Amino acid sequence: MNSPSQQNTGTPVGRGSAAPARAADEAPVIDFDKFKPTRSHVAARKRKDLFMRVLIVLAFAIACIPLVSVLWTTLARGFRRLNWDFLSHNMTNVIGGNPTPSGGYGGILHAVIGTLEITLGAMVISIPVGVLCAVYLIEYAGKSRLADAIHLLVDVMSGIPSIVAGLFAFSMFALLAGPGTLNGFEGSVALSLLMLPTVVKTTEEMLKIVPNDLREASLALGVTKQRTITKVVLRTALPGIVSGAILAIARVIGETAPLLMTAGYIVSTNANLFSGQMTTLPVYVYQEYSKYRANCPADASDGCVTSIPMERAWSAALVLIIIVLILNVIGRVVARVLAPKKK
Amino acid sequence: MSSTLHEPVSGKKADGVFRGVAYACGILILVVLAAVAVFLLVQAWPLIGGNQADVSETIASFTGGRSTNFWSYVGPLFFGTVLVAALALVIAFFVSIGIALFISHYAPKKLATVLSGVVDLLAAIPSVIYGLWGGLVLVPSIYPFWNWVAETLGWIPLFSGPAANPPRTVATVALVLAIMILPIITSMARDIFQQTPKLLEEAALGLGATKWEMIKLAVLPFGRSGVISASMLGLGRALGETMAVLMILAPGMRYSIHLLQASQNQTIAANIAAQYPEANALGVSVLIGTGLVLFVITFLVNLAARRITSKASVKK
Repeated sequence: MNSPSQQNTGTPVGRGSAAPARAADEAPVIDFDKFKPTRSHVAARKRKDLFMRVLIVLAFAIACIPLVSVLWTTLARGFRRLNWDFLSHNMTNVIGGNPTPSGGYGGILHAVIGTLEITLGAMVISIPVGVLCAVYLIEYAGKSRLADAIHLLVDVMSGIPSIVAGLFAFSMFALLAGPGTLNGFEGSVALSLLMLPTVVKTTEEMLKIVPNDLREASLALGVTKQRTITKVVLRTALPGIVSGAILAIARVIGETAPLLMTAGYIVSTNANLFSGQMTTLPVYVYQEYSKYRANCPADASDGCVTSIPMERAWSAALVLIIIVLILNVIGRVVARVLAPKKK
Repeated sequence: MSSTLHEPVSGKKADGVFRGVAYACGILILVVLAAVAVFLLVQAWPLIGGNQADVSETIASFTGGRSTNFWSYVGPLFFGTVLVAALALVIAFFVSIGIALFISHYAPKKLATVLSGVVDLLAAIPSVIYGLWGGLVLVPSIYPFWNWVAETLGWIPLFSGPAANPPRTVATVALVLAIMILPIITSMARDIFQQTPKLLEEAALGLGATKWEMIKLAVLPFGRSGVISASMLGLGRALGETMAVLMILAPGMRYSIHLLQASQNQTIAANIAAQYPEANALGVSVLIGTGLVLFVITFLVNLAARRITSKASVKK
């Protein structure tokens, strides 16, 4: 690394300055212009820089088109049939494209109830288990081989395709409760399988960033480990855990495939999670989509709309997006509000 | 009386119970995953241990008599699944890296925060909505484009025409899946890119590198393993995606790479959802068998992603 010093002394020599008495005379004469980038080279680099900049902005712009289109069409087409009647009725007494006695065209009350109950069931199963599993991994297991194995399996679990989770719940209930069982709780089991790894991972991340000083201070005061964990560690990590859990819920609330085969599909409201089929919003969207067109007999009234299934599908999709959005916002707000005050 | 004075509440019992419960929850993860494998295997067992004549009859009824053997049934499905997911990844990969770089290094800070939020939100949009959008908005409007592709690039077997109309084809499905996994890859890649040490970036810039050269020298090498594992996760998502495929693709059971023609391929997940409602007990076993194949594929992809990330973190 002596080239910089050579350069420093060499530059005046190279330029042929008049200092004959200096020992630097013997230093090799370096033509530094040789190392100067040519103008075309600089221009090429600049061009490339500009080219990549344009490419990156272009990638962003192109990607925006479909994503904006998804949101926009859902909003625009969803609002057409979204009213109180749609939210407060189920699909009983809906015949073809004819309006129901209440003046609407059927609704999603049963699907909203089903979605909320099934997701709640999944929450009740997966959040306590997930949080405690993370507590075990961080607070108790250390670097044991069991912890490594659990880490690996949590990763594997997060990659389970949702339809396989559905098949699992279906097979489990077929073996334990008799073949062909369909109920809401079965759907909860399938969803909790999908939620569990997310909860474990986010909780783990949150527990990792709890400062060790807090644990040591608490233990040094003679507090037992259990109390240290529940009152100090988990309390400190609470905002992160809550927002992670909410984001996990937002992920599974839109799952369709596992619920198609576990919770089934009915047109009437079923509020019992443990018996009978249940409809959820995503399944409702899919079912309406696959109906394609409603029947309007020749003597039907003017109110008969053949394209009503698609319009219902869009409105239900809009409600679903709104629920997901609200959950996301709540998750973020909770994280901010509950965050421990910084000095 | 005196004993209670001298021995304070130790909380030892609660300590033990809590530890036990936490331990049990850790073990439960192992049990659950084992249960997934066991229950699926038990349900799929009639495929191997059952009456083979019945099995081939069931498979023949699924395929219209074209195949009678489980492996010749799952083969085209496997091919279709991998084809669609790989295409989706190829489309999404470069675009999402572009977006991630845009958010982390090009966009003004305020815009970047807003965009980050939007990307995270888009990652949470349910797949059924992408399916709905793909089926009702994209399919009717993208035909002219695919037709143009088939006419100009038709000499490549991949794009050989005529383009199907309506284009319920692998190409359209791959596009929708790419749009779906775009936010997932983007949000992970962005997190990695933002963590690039400022020192490295400034060193590169200080040596006179242009912005792109700085990204090439400092940001991309730093984020490589993270980007790879993000795209593996995206691939896993695309492999297991059911609804978007089910709602858009016109299924077929061939080893075909004609992306623009209808009724060529089908994916495992969509096939399960499509055949499931009409399947009898043995049919369900066959479908669960294909589900196990899908499970193995996604398992391997995730394992590979994990290997790549852990290798990179050891190196540091």
